[in-house]
Amino acid sequence: MAEPAGHNIKGLTGLAWLLALQSAGELLSRGLSLPFPGPVVGMMLLLLALRWPLVREPVAACANFLLAHLSLLFVPVGVGVMTHLSLVSQYGGRMLVVVVLSTLIGMAVTALVLHALRGKSSPQEDHAQVR
Amino acid sequence: MPKFVELWVYLSATPLFGLTATLVIYVLAQTLYTRLNQPAWANPVLWSVVIIASVLLTTGVSYPTYFAGAQFIHFLLGPAVVALGWPLWKRRVELRQRWGRLLLAALAGGIAASASAVALGWLVGLPTDVVLSLAPKSVTAPVAMGIAEKIGGIPALAAVFAVITGLVGALFGKALFDAFKIPTDAAGWAARGFALGTASHGIGAARAMQVNADAGAYAGLALGLQVVLTSLLIPLVFRLSH
Repeated sequence: MAEPAGHNIKGLTGLAWLLALQSAGELLSRGLSLPFPGPVVGMMLLLLALRWPLVREPVAACANFLLAHLSLLFVPVGVGVMTHLSLVSQYGGRMLVVVVLSTLIGMAVTALVLHALRGKSSPQEDHAQVR
Repeated sequence: MPKFVELWVYLSATPLFGLTATLVIYVLAQTLYTRLNQPAWANPVLWSVVIIASVLLTTGVSYPTYFAGAQFIHFLLGPAVVALGWPLWKRRVELRQRWGRLLLAALAGGIAASASAVALGWLVGLPTDVVLSLAPKSVTAPVAMGIAEKIGGIPALAAVFAVITGLVGALFGKALFDAFKIPTDAAGWAARGFALGTASHGIGAARAMQVNADAGAYAGLALGLQVVLTSLLIPLVFRLSH
Protein backbone atom coordinates (compact mmCIF):
# COMPACT_ATOMS: atom_id res chain seq x y z
CA MET A 1 0.00 0.00 0.00
CA ALA A 2 2.77 2.40 1.01
CA GLU A 3 4.89 1.64 -2.02
CA PRO A 4 2.50 2.61 -4.82
CA ALA A 5 1.60 5.73 -2.85
CA GLY A 6 5.30 6.60 -2.62
CA HIS A 7 5.67 6.00 -6.34
CA ASN A 8 2.67 8.18 -7.09
CA ILE A 9 3.96 11.15 -5.14
CA LYS A 10 7.30 10.68 -6.87
CA GLY A 11 5.62 10.91 -10.26
CA LEU A 12 3.71 14.01 -9.19
CA THR A 13 6.87 15.61 -7.79
CA GLY A 14 8.54 14.84 -11.11
CA LEU A 15 5.70 16.56 -13.01
CA ALA A 16 6.06 19.55 -10.68
CA TRP A 17 9.78 19.72 -11.47
CA LEU A 18 9.16 19.45 -15.22
CA LEU A 19 6.55 22.23 -15.11
CA ALA A 20 8.74 24.42 -12.91
CA LEU A 21 11.68 23.98 -15.30
CA GLN A 22 9.41 24.68 -18.28
CA SER A 23 8.21 27.88 -16.60
CA ALA A 24 11.79 28.92 -15.87
CA GLY A 25 12.60 28.10 -19.51
CA GLU A 26 9.69 30.24 -20.77
CA LEU A 27 10.80 33.17 -18.59
CA LEU A 28 14.42 32.91 -19.74
CA SER A 29 13.41 32.44 -23.39
CA ARG A 30 11.16 35.50 -23.40
CA GLY A 31 13.15 37.62 -20.98
CA LEU A 32 16.45 37.24 -22.82
CA SER A 33 14.74 36.72 -26.24
CA LEU A 34 16.67 33.49 -26.76
CA PRO A 35 16.29 31.63 -30.08
CA PHE A 36 15.02 28.51 -28.23
CA PRO A 37 11.36 27.90 -27.33
CA GLY A 38 10.68 27.80 -23.56
CA PRO A 39 10.39 23.99 -23.21
CA VAL A 40 13.76 23.57 -24.99
CA VAL A 41 15.42 25.93 -22.47
CA GLY A 42 13.62 23.91 -19.78
CA MET A 43 15.17 20.73 -21.19
CA MET A 44 18.65 22.29 -20.99
CA LEU A 45 17.97 23.39 -17.39
CA LEU A 46 16.86 19.82 -16.63
CA LEU A 47 20.17 18.49 -17.97
CA LEU A 48 21.95 20.71 -15.46
CA ALA A 49 19.56 19.85 -12.61
CA LEU A 50 19.64 16.05 -13.07
CA ARG A 51 22.92 15.75 -11.18
CA TRP A 52 20.93 16.16 -7.93
CA PRO A 53 19.07 13.02 -6.75
CA LEU A 54 16.37 15.34 -5.38
CA VAL A 55 15.48 16.20 -8.99
CA ARG A 56 16.61 13.00 -10.72
CA GLU A 57 14.51 10.38 -8.90
CA PRO A 58 11.10 12.04 -9.24
CA VAL A 59 11.81 13.27 -12.80
CA ALA A 60 12.84 9.75 -13.86
CA ALA A 61 9.50 8.35 -12.66
CA CYS A 62 7.49 11.02 -14.47
CA ALA A 63 9.64 11.24 -17.63
CA ASN A 64 9.47 7.50 -18.26
CA PHE A 65 5.67 7.57 -18.12
CA LEU A 66 5.35 10.72 -20.22
CA LEU A 67 7.81 9.57 -22.90
CA ALA A 68 6.30 6.07 -23.06
CA HIS A 69 3.02 7.66 -24.20
CA LEU A 70 4.60 10.43 -26.24
CA SER A 71 2.70 9.55 -29.42
CA LEU A 72 -0.70 10.16 -27.74
CA LEU A 73 0.30 13.80 -27.21
CA PHE A 74 0.45 14.37 -31.00
CA VAL A 75 -3.17 13.36 -31.63
CA PRO A 76 -4.83 16.73 -30.81
CA VAL A 77 -2.58 18.73 -33.19
CA GLY A 78 -2.79 15.96 -35.78
CA VAL A 79 -6.60 16.27 -35.84
CA GLY A 80 -5.98 19.96 -36.63
CA VAL A 81 -5.39 18.89 -40.23
CA MET A 82 -9.20 19.14 -40.64
CA THR A 83 -8.98 22.94 -40.24
CA HIS A 84 -6.70 23.15 -43.28
CA LEU A 85 -8.84 21.09 -45.62
CA SER A 86 -8.86 23.84 -48.28
CA LEU A 87 -5.04 23.96 -48.31
CA VAL A 88 -5.02 20.17 -48.26
CA SER A 89 -7.41 19.87 -51.19
CA GLN A 90 -5.41 22.43 -53.17
CA TYR A 91 -1.85 21.36 -52.36
CA GLY A 92 -2.33 18.09 -50.44
CA GLY A 93 -0.68 15.78 -52.95
CA ARG A 94 2.33 18.04 -53.43
CA MET A 95 2.71 18.67 -49.69
CA LEU A 96 2.61 14.93 -49.00
CA VAL A 97 5.26 14.20 -51.65
CA VAL A 98 7.54 16.93 -50.23
CA VAL A 99 7.12 15.71 -46.63
CA VAL A 100 7.65 12.05 -47.53
CA LEU A 101 10.71 12.64 -49.75
CA SER A 102 12.44 15.09 -47.38
CA THR A 103 11.87 12.79 -44.40
CA LEU A 104 13.37 9.82 -46.27
CA ILE A 105 16.33 12.00 -47.36
CA GLY A 106 16.96 13.21 -43.80
CA MET A 107 16.67 9.72 -42.37
CA ALA A 108 18.96 8.16 -44.99
CA VAL A 109 21.61 10.90 -44.62
CA THR A 110 21.68 10.53 -40.81
CA ALA A 111 21.93 6.74 -40.86
CA LEU A 112 24.54 6.69 -43.66
CA VAL A 113 26.74 9.34 -42.00
CA LEU A 114 26.65 7.47 -38.70
CA HIS A 115 27.24 4.15 -40.43
CA ALA A 116 30.19 5.53 -42.43
CA LEU A 117 31.83 7.12 -39.36
CA ARG A 118 31.44 3.89 -37.42
CA GLY A 119 33.78 2.12 -39.87
CA LYS A 120 36.58 4.48 -38.89
CA SER A 121 36.37 3.80 -35.16
CA SER A 122 38.85 1.56 -33.35
CA PRO A 123 37.79 -2.00 -32.42
CA GLN A 124 37.91 -1.15 -28.71
CA GLU A 125 35.49 1.68 -29.23
CA ASP A 126 33.16 -0.55 -31.17
CA HIS A 127 33.28 -2.99 -28.32
CA ALA A 128 32.48 -0.20 -25.89
CA GLN A 129 29.38 0.64 -27.94
CA VAL A 130 28.14 -2.94 -27.70
CA ARG A 131 28.84 -2.93 -23.97
CA MET B 1 -34.71 10.32 -30.96
CA PRO B 2 -34.82 14.13 -30.48
CA LYS B 3 -33.81 13.45 -26.86
CA PHE B 4 -30.71 11.65 -28.14
CA VAL B 5 -29.84 14.53 -30.46
CA GLU B 6 -30.20 16.96 -27.57
CA LEU B 7 -27.89 14.87 -25.40
CA TRP B 8 -25.34 14.62 -28.21
CA VAL B 9 -25.38 18.38 -28.72
CA TYR B 10 -24.81 18.88 -25.01
CA LEU B 11 -22.04 16.28 -24.71
CA SER B 12 -20.19 17.27 -27.87
CA ALA B 13 -19.97 20.88 -26.65
CA THR B 14 -18.30 20.10 -23.30
CA PRO B 15 -14.51 19.77 -22.97
CA LEU B 16 -15.19 16.30 -21.60
CA PHE B 17 -16.01 15.10 -25.12
CA GLY B 18 -12.70 16.05 -26.76
CA LEU B 19 -10.64 14.67 -23.90
CA THR B 20 -12.58 11.41 -23.65
CA ALA B 21 -12.73 10.84 -27.40
CA THR B 22 -8.96 11.37 -27.75
CA LEU B 23 -8.04 9.03 -24.91
CA VAL B 24 -10.57 6.29 -25.71
CA ILE B 25 -9.85 6.19 -29.44
CA TYR B 26 -6.08 6.28 -28.86
CA VAL B 27 -6.24 3.46 -26.28
CA LEU B 28 -8.34 1.36 -28.69
CA ALA B 29 -5.96 2.10 -31.60
CA GLN B 30 -2.96 1.28 -29.41
CA THR B 31 -4.54 -1.99 -28.25
CA LEU B 32 -5.33 -3.04 -31.80
CA TYR B 33 -1.78 -2.09 -32.85
CA THR B 34 -0.29 -4.30 -30.10
CA ARG B 35 -2.71 -7.16 -30.90
CA LEU B 36 -1.68 -7.08 -34.57
CA ASN B 37 1.99 -7.31 -33.52
CA GLN B 38 2.80 -3.64 -34.20
CA PRO B 39 2.77 -3.43 -38.00
CA ALA B 40 3.85 0.03 -39.20
CA TRP B 41 0.60 0.59 -41.16
CA ALA B 42 -1.49 0.24 -37.99
CA ASN B 43 0.24 3.25 -36.37
CA PRO B 44 -2.03 4.38 -33.50
CA VAL B 45 -1.42 8.13 -34.05
CA LEU B 46 -2.37 7.87 -37.72
CA TRP B 47 -5.59 5.95 -37.03
CA SER B 48 -6.59 8.05 -34.01
CA VAL B 49 -6.21 11.23 -36.09
CA VAL B 50 -8.13 9.77 -39.05
CA ILE B 51 -10.95 8.42 -36.88
CA ILE B 52 -11.34 11.53 -34.69
CA ALA B 53 -11.20 13.91 -37.66
CA SER B 54 -13.79 11.79 -39.52
CA VAL B 55 -16.11 11.73 -36.49
CA LEU B 56 -15.82 15.51 -36.08
CA LEU B 57 -16.42 16.18 -39.78
CA THR B 58 -19.43 13.85 -40.02
CA THR B 59 -21.06 15.07 -36.78
CA GLY B 60 -20.29 18.73 -37.49
CA VAL B 61 -18.38 19.32 -34.23
CA SER B 62 -15.84 22.09 -34.83
CA TYR B 63 -12.13 21.69 -34.18
CA PRO B 64 -12.03 24.44 -31.50
CA THR B 65 -14.85 22.65 -29.64
CA TYR B 66 -12.89 19.39 -29.80
CA PHE B 67 -9.66 21.13 -28.82
CA ALA B 68 -11.28 22.65 -25.73
CA GLY B 69 -11.03 19.14 -24.28
CA ALA B 70 -8.05 17.78 -26.19
CA GLN B 71 -5.89 20.71 -25.05
CA PHE B 72 -5.36 18.97 -21.72
CA ILE B 73 -3.46 16.24 -23.57
CA HIS B 74 -1.83 18.73 -25.94
CA PHE B 75 -0.58 20.74 -22.95
CA LEU B 76 1.58 17.81 -21.80
CA LEU B 77 3.80 18.25 -24.88
CA GLY B 78 5.57 21.10 -23.03
CA PRO B 79 6.66 19.05 -20.00
CA ALA B 80 7.34 16.12 -22.38
CA VAL B 81 9.88 18.24 -24.28
CA VAL B 82 11.53 19.14 -20.95
CA ALA B 83 11.47 15.42 -20.05
CA LEU B 84 13.53 14.67 -23.18
CA GLY B 85 16.50 15.80 -21.09
CA TRP B 86 16.16 12.53 -19.17
CA PRO B 87 17.12 10.09 -22.01
CA LEU B 88 19.89 12.52 -22.99
CA TRP B 89 21.22 12.54 -19.43
CA LYS B 90 21.01 8.74 -19.11
CA ARG B 91 23.20 8.35 -22.20
CA ARG B 92 25.59 11.16 -21.26
CA VAL B 93 28.65 8.85 -21.10
CA GLU B 94 28.12 7.57 -24.66
CA LEU B 95 27.20 11.05 -25.75
CA ARG B 96 30.52 12.38 -24.42
CA GLN B 97 32.41 9.47 -26.02
CA ARG B 98 30.82 9.73 -29.44
CA TRP B 99 29.98 13.42 -29.30
CA GLY B 100 31.68 14.37 -32.59
CA ARG B 101 30.12 11.81 -34.88
CA LEU B 102 26.65 12.03 -33.32
CA LEU B 103 26.66 15.81 -33.69
CA LEU B 104 27.88 15.48 -37.28
CA ALA B 105 25.16 12.94 -38.12
CA ALA B 106 22.48 15.06 -36.41
CA LEU B 107 23.60 18.19 -38.26
CA ALA B 108 23.88 16.45 -41.64
CA GLY B 109 20.51 14.71 -41.28
CA GLY B 110 18.71 17.74 -39.88
CA ILE B 111 20.02 20.05 -42.57
CA ALA B 112 19.32 17.50 -45.33
CA ALA B 113 15.71 17.04 -44.15
CA SER B 114 14.99 20.74 -43.72
CA ALA B 115 16.80 21.96 -46.86
CA SER B 116 15.27 19.27 -49.07
CA ALA B 117 11.79 20.06 -47.71
CA VAL B 118 12.18 23.78 -48.45
CA ALA B 119 13.79 23.18 -51.86
CA LEU B 120 11.18 20.61 -52.94
CA GLY B 121 8.39 22.81 -51.62
CA TRP B 122 9.57 25.71 -53.73
CA LEU B 123 10.12 23.43 -56.71
CA VAL B 124 6.52 22.19 -56.74
CA GLY B 125 5.21 25.75 -56.27
CA LEU B 126 3.84 25.76 -52.73
CA PRO B 127 3.00 29.20 -51.24
CA THR B 128 5.80 30.84 -49.21
CA ASP B 129 4.10 30.47 -45.81
CA VAL B 130 3.54 26.76 -46.50
CA VAL B 131 7.22 26.35 -47.49
CA LEU B 132 8.31 28.12 -44.28
CA SER B 133 6.05 25.80 -42.27
CA LEU B 134 7.91 22.85 -43.84
CA ALA B 135 11.35 23.98 -42.60
CA PRO B 136 11.06 22.85 -38.93
CA LYS B 137 9.10 19.65 -39.64
CA SER B 138 11.81 17.29 -38.33
CA VAL B 139 11.34 18.39 -34.73
CA THR B 140 8.57 17.51 -32.35
CA ALA B 141 5.26 19.36 -33.02
CA PRO B 142 5.30 22.00 -30.22
CA VAL B 143 8.85 23.08 -31.09
CA ALA B 144 8.05 23.06 -34.82
CA MET B 145 5.08 25.35 -34.10
CA GLY B 146 7.28 27.75 -32.14
CA ILE B 147 9.90 27.90 -34.88
CA ALA B 148 7.33 28.29 -37.67
CA GLU B 149 5.80 31.21 -35.78
CA LYS B 150 9.23 32.86 -35.50
CA ILE B 151 10.04 32.62 -39.22
CA GLY B 152 6.61 33.48 -40.63
CA GLY B 153 5.10 30.06 -41.27
CA ILE B 154 1.68 28.78 -40.17
CA PRO B 155 2.08 27.13 -36.72
CA ALA B 156 -0.90 24.76 -37.07
CA LEU B 157 0.31 23.62 -40.49
CA ALA B 158 3.85 23.14 -39.14
CA ALA B 159 2.42 20.89 -36.43
CA VAL B 160 0.56 18.82 -39.01
CA PHE B 161 3.70 18.53 -41.16
CA ALA B 162 5.64 17.43 -38.08
CA VAL B 163 3.06 14.74 -37.30
CA ILE B 164 3.08 13.46 -40.92
CA THR B 165 6.90 13.52 -40.89
CA GLY B 166 6.87 11.39 -37.75
CA LEU B 167 4.45 8.95 -39.34
CA VAL B 168 6.57 8.68 -42.51
CA GLY B 169 9.57 7.73 -40.36
CA ALA B 170 7.58 5.20 -38.36
CA LEU B 171 6.01 3.71 -41.50
CA PHE B 172 8.97 3.57 -43.89
CA GLY B 173 12.04 3.65 -41.62
CA LYS B 174 12.64 -0.08 -41.59
CA ALA B 175 12.32 -0.49 -45.37
CA LEU B 176 14.67 2.47 -45.94
CA PHE B 177 17.36 1.19 -43.54
CA ASP B 178 17.13 -2.30 -45.04
CA ALA B 179 17.47 -0.84 -48.56
CA PHE B 180 20.63 1.02 -47.50
CA LYS B 181 21.90 -2.15 -45.77
CA ILE B 182 22.22 -0.62 -42.29
CA PRO B 183 22.95 -3.72 -40.18
CA THR B 184 20.94 -4.92 -37.16
CA ASP B 185 23.86 -5.33 -34.73
CA ALA B 186 24.22 -2.99 -31.73
CA ALA B 187 25.89 -0.17 -33.72
CA GLY B 188 23.41 -0.66 -36.56
CA TRP B 189 20.44 -0.36 -34.20
CA ALA B 190 22.02 2.76 -32.75
CA ALA B 191 22.31 4.26 -36.26
CA ARG B 192 18.73 3.28 -37.15
CA GLY B 193 17.34 4.72 -33.93
CA PHE B 194 19.41 7.87 -34.19
CA ALA B 195 18.22 8.43 -37.77
CA LEU B 196 14.56 7.90 -36.77
CA GLY B 197 14.87 10.38 -33.89
CA THR B 198 16.67 12.92 -36.09
CA ALA B 199 14.32 12.87 -39.07
CA SER B 200 10.99 11.97 -37.47
CA HIS B 201 11.15 13.06 -33.79
CA GLY B 202 8.83 11.61 -31.14
CA ILE B 203 6.65 9.46 -33.39
CA GLY B 204 9.71 7.89 -35.03
CA ALA B 205 11.31 7.50 -31.60
CA ALA B 206 8.18 5.81 -30.23
CA ARG B 207 8.42 3.32 -33.07
CA ALA B 208 12.17 2.79 -32.43
CA MET B 209 11.53 2.15 -28.71
CA GLN B 210 9.07 -0.61 -29.60
CA VAL B 211 11.43 -2.31 -32.05
CA ASN B 212 14.72 -2.28 -30.12
CA ALA B 213 15.91 -0.84 -26.78
CA ASP B 214 19.21 0.47 -28.20
CA ALA B 215 17.43 2.04 -31.16
CA GLY B 216 14.92 3.63 -28.79
CA ALA B 217 17.59 5.14 -26.54
CA TYR B 218 19.47 6.62 -29.50
CA ALA B 219 16.21 7.90 -30.99
CA GLY B 220 15.44 9.74 -27.73
CA LEU B 221 18.93 11.18 -27.71
CA ALA B 222 18.68 12.23 -31.37
CA LEU B 223 15.35 13.95 -30.99
CA GLY B 224 16.58 15.94 -27.99
CA LEU B 225 19.67 16.96 -29.92
CA GLN B 226 17.63 17.84 -33.02
CA VAL B 227 15.33 20.08 -30.97
CA VAL B 228 18.34 22.11 -29.79
CA LEU B 229 20.04 22.26 -33.21
CA THR B 230 16.89 23.09 -35.18
CA SER B 231 15.65 25.82 -32.86
CA LEU B 232 19.11 27.38 -33.03
CA LEU B 233 19.84 26.98 -36.76
CA ILE B 234 16.55 27.57 -38.61
CA PRO B 235 15.81 31.05 -37.16
CA LEU B 236 19.50 31.92 -37.64
CA VAL B 237 19.54 30.84 -41.31
CA PHE B 238 16.25 32.64 -41.82
CA ARG B 239 17.58 35.85 -40.27
CA LEU B 240 20.76 35.71 -42.40
CA SER B 241 18.82 35.14 -45.62
CA HIS B 242 16.64 38.21 -45.08
